Order: sequence, then C-alpha cells, then structure tokens
Amino acid sequence: MEDNMTTHEANDFLFTVEAAIPHSQLAGSNLSYWADAKRRLLKNKVAMISLIFILLILALSIVIPATSSYTYDQQNLSNINSAPSRAHLFGTDSLGRDLWVRVWYGARVSLAVGIFGSIIPSLIGIVIGGISGFFGGKLDMVIMRAIDIIMCVPSMIYVILIMLFIGSGQIPLIIAFALTGWMGTARNVRGLVLQLKEREFVLASKALGASSASLIFSHLIPNTLGIVIVSITMGVPGAIFHEAYLSFIGLGIAPPIPSWGQLANLGTAVFRIFPYQLLIPASMISITMLSFNLFGDGLRDALDPKLRN
Amino acid sequence: MAKYIVKRLLISVITIWLLATISFFLLRTLPGNPFQTNQILSIEMQEKMMTYYGLNRPLLEQYITYLSNLIRGDMGYSLKYTNRTVNSIIKTTFPISASLGLKALALALPIGLFLGVASAKKRGQAVDYACVFISVLGVSIPSFILGSFLQYIFALKLKILPMAQWSTPLHTILPTIALALSLLATLTRVMRASMLEVTTQDYVKTAKAKGLTESKITWSHQIRNAMVPILTLLGPMVATVLMGTFVIEKIFAIPGLGQHFVNSITGLDYTMTMGLIVFYGIFMVTANFIVDIAYGFVDPRIRI
Repeated sequence: MEDNMTTHEANDFLFTVEAAIPHSQLAGSNLSYWADAKRRLLKNKVAMISLIFILLILALSIVIPATSSYTYDQQNLSNINSAPSRAHLFGTDSLGRDLWVRVWYGARVSLAVGIFGSIIPSLIGIVIGGISGFFGGKLDMVIMRAIDIIMCVPSMIYVILIMLFIGSGQIPLIIAFALTGWMGTARNVRGLVLQLKEREFVLASKALGASSASLIFSHLIPNTLGIVIVSITMGVPGAIFHEAYLSFIGLGIAPPIPSWGQLANLGTAVFRIFPYQLLIPASMISITMLSFNLFGDGLRDALDPKLRN
Repeated sequence: MAKYIVKRLLISVITIWLLATISFFLLRTLPGNPFQTNQILSIEMQEKMMTYYGLNRPLLEQYITYLSNLIRGDMGYSLKYTNRTVNSIIKTTFPISASLGLKALALALPIGLFLGVASAKKRGQAVDYACVFISVLGVSIPSFILGSFLQYIFALKLKILPMAQWSTPLHTILPTIALALSLLATLTRVMRASMLEVTTQDYVKTAKAKGLTESKITWSHQIRNAMVPILTLLGPMVATVLMGTFVIEKIFAIPGLGQHFVNSITGLDYTMTMGLIVFYGIFMVTANFIVDIAYGFVDPRIRI
C-alpha cells in the first residue's frame, strides 16, 4: 500500500493573500447608487462627447446672438441668398438675414422648448403616475382609462388644438407639450410604484406611521428617479422634433423669431437652388437630437440597475 | 376568451364615445367659425352658412344629432370641401396613406428586427456598434429632413427617381424610405434591448444546458420571448403609420389622409376633424385589441 500521507505545516493554513492586502482595498470603496452611476457615466466616452456637444451648443446659443453684429430679424435686401462667407458664416436667407445669428438664436428657442417640453410633462407624469400607482383601486382605474382614451388620438391633434386656443410661440408650445406629453411617464411611474410599494422599506415606513404624501414623495418617487431621468433625457430630442415638426408646418413658433424647425421650413422652399439654407438647420436638429439620444443611452446604462453586472 | 372579447368590445365602444364627446365640445370652444378663416365672407354670409349647416342651434342638440348620425356611420359633410362627405374623403385618401404606410412597414419591420437580433447577438462587437449607430441616427433625423434630402440627391442631382406626386410605383420609393427609416430605427432599438433582456433569463440557460443548438435557442426561445415588447410597440405604430404623415405627404405631394389632420383643424372644419378623430380612435382601439389577442399566441403564459 502506498503511503499517501503528507505532512502539513502550520504555514499552509495562513491566508497569505488577504494578509498582504488590507480588507478595504479588496472590497473597493463603498459607492452610493448615484456615485456609482456618475463613475459609469464618466467612463462612457460616447456619452461624454455627446454631453460636450450639448453644452457647446447651449453655450454658443447664449453667446452668439448676444455678441454678433447682426440681429435675427435684421433684413438686408441688397444681400439676399448669399452663400456662406466670412461676413456671413452660414450665408443669408431670402430676406438677407444673417443665418449664423438666426441659427443660434433658433437654438435658444428649440433647446428651451426641447428641454422644458420634456421636463415639465415628465414631472406631471411622475405625480399622476405616483398617485395612481400608490392609491390603486378606483382612482387608479379612472386615471388609467383616461390615459387610454387620451392616447387614442395622436398627440399632435391635441397640440394643434391647444395652439389654436392659446396662440403660437415658445410658452404655448411648452404648455401644449406639458398637457399632452405626461401619459407615457405616468404609465411607467405607475408600474414602478406598483412594484415598489410592496417592498420592505415602504412597509417599514408605513409601520412607523409615515403619511401617504411622505411615502410617495420621499420613498417611492426617489426610487423611480433613475428611470425618469433617462426618460426625460430621451424626451428632449422628441420635443425638439415636435417643435421642428410644428414650426415646419407653420404652427409652432411665429415668424420672425427663428427656430430650427422654422429655418428648415424656410430652407425647404429654396433648397433646390440654395441647399445650404436647409442643410445647416437640418444638421443642427440632427446633431442635437443625436447628442441627446446618445447621452440618454449612456445615462440609461449608468442608471438602470437591470443592466448592471 | 369569449367573455374577455365581449368586455373589451364594450370598453372600446365606451372609449370611442368618450373620445367623440370630449373632442366635440373641445372643438366647439375654439374661437372663430369655419367660414371666417379662408375666404373673406361678410358677416351675414357667415351667419347664413352657420344656419345652413345647423351650427347655430343649441350645442347639445347638435351633439345629439351628430351622435345619432355617427351611430349609423354617417359622419356628415365637410365644411370646407363643398358637397363632399367626410366618409367619401376618408374613403378616397385613406387607401393612399395606408398603402404608403404598409410599404414602409414592410421595409422597416424585417430589417429592423433583423438588425436588433444581430446587434444583440454580437453585443459589444463591430456589428453591434454599427446597428446601434444606424438606429440612433434613424431616430435623430426627422422624416421631413430626410425626405427633402432624398429628393435633393435622387431626384434633383442624380435624376433617377421622380421628385414627388403619387402615380407609378417608382414614385413611392422615396417617401417609403423617408417614412421607414425612423420606424426601422425604433424597431432595432426595442428589439435589441428586448433580446438582451431575454438572454439572461433562466429558460435560456436551461435551453443551453440541455444542449440545444445556438440557432434553436435564438429562434424558439429568445426571439419568441423578445417579440412581446415589439407587439406592444407595433399596435400604435401600425395605426399611426397607416393614418398618413402630414409632412411626408406635403413634401412629396401625396394626396393622402395625413394632410387633412392638420388642415381640417386649422381650418376649423368641425365635421372633418371629428370624423378623423373618431376614425383614428377606432383604428387605434382595434390595433391595441389585436395586439392583446396576439400576446396570447406569442407567449402562452399571458392568459387573456
């Protein structure tokens, strides 16, 4: 018989690796949800480049109309439809207005409508969805049926109706988007709240006597925030698109105030002869929408717990 | 199943009724009347027209008349297109919009789903990045801009396709592409996300563990389950696309239904607007209904 006994020494039972590295380094620092999300976002190159683009466009839209020697409605009929040159970086339109200033002034309008036209309806959606999901029962049923009915009509019809009511312009556009755009968010938030309200931390709070309002606003809604922030970011290009669409068909922003959609609309009238007049606002719309979409993708990867490993 | 269908039908009818009622009163509160907007008519003429169309009678009476006509399928005469009923306008323009929409869907659906699956299967590889890029680009270029550029390149510069109008199949190519790109992009995005979610599920691991081939797993486990969110998306998408798109129809001079959505509201053509809202509503409710039934076929776990 073979002797398979081996001798063990005390050394074999020592944790050599862990002894060398302090425990805190092995575990990594303790990151909160938001700190971790921030770290992931900062590591995402595409999202960061998109963010830089967004900030750049925002900055230029503030600086250029303020510092340029032209104004957005200043006409010069002796210099119409001139191609881009040093005096007019983006050329001039059919009334001799400087397109460089008009494009950046239009950026103010389009971005304001895009950003507020996404944030405000989302906030309304969060509140309505939160209430609907939390209280459930009849209230929930009424709200959900109402949303079903409202969603049977393309939101564009409501937007046009509201614009006919309160006139055209930036503020009416944002109001119209606010009144018509909250349903999707409300549905999502409701679904999330339904899942969350059965969780232990909510039950614990309830047992400690927290009021409904504090449960909704300090426990349930903050926990849906990550997903809502992503949907707000993804909603911005949607709102920019809708503004462009409405201005394109002559309902959004009233002339002479430019917006990208309106510039694109004026551009299509002459693009067969002067393609730059459409090309420039069209590229601005597309680049901005692209940046927001890519940034939103990055945000989702950073914030969505389901995609984490 | 039968009970469910009856219940759904009942809800659908109530939905359409509420929709018609709310829109009816909402439309009437808009300032102005249909006859003062386009042509210049004297106040007396406007009054006569209002009386002729019965628009001076009490609102409730008009509502009841409208509703009882609607039940019989009569949506009245357009206030702008003299002597044409709303039904006949829809009957002539809807098929045009629908055929364009179907073509766009036929182009976008297979390509979008394929790209979505391919992208999810090759996650993190060049194929994935290419698909994601196409899909983000697709949702970032508004259709009216794409349409104008397609016209510029293919009709004006290359002169290989007609610029606009609606006659030969050749005329349909550019508007179809303009309409299809954003649909394709949306489908790719949703399909990719949905496939990625499915990949980590236990039943996929089980399928792998019991030795199924990769293609078998993809086809009968992953794609089938990943189709559920696509179905949800497809209902409203089909309805919207078939109804026509105002800007595409405007750019390509297509005599479809989409143009009426905007023109009838801005022109305060009450009957036409109501007709379109009700028609669209019925279409949307039906589409969602079909989707709900289809859930059961795709995923037997969902019982209706």
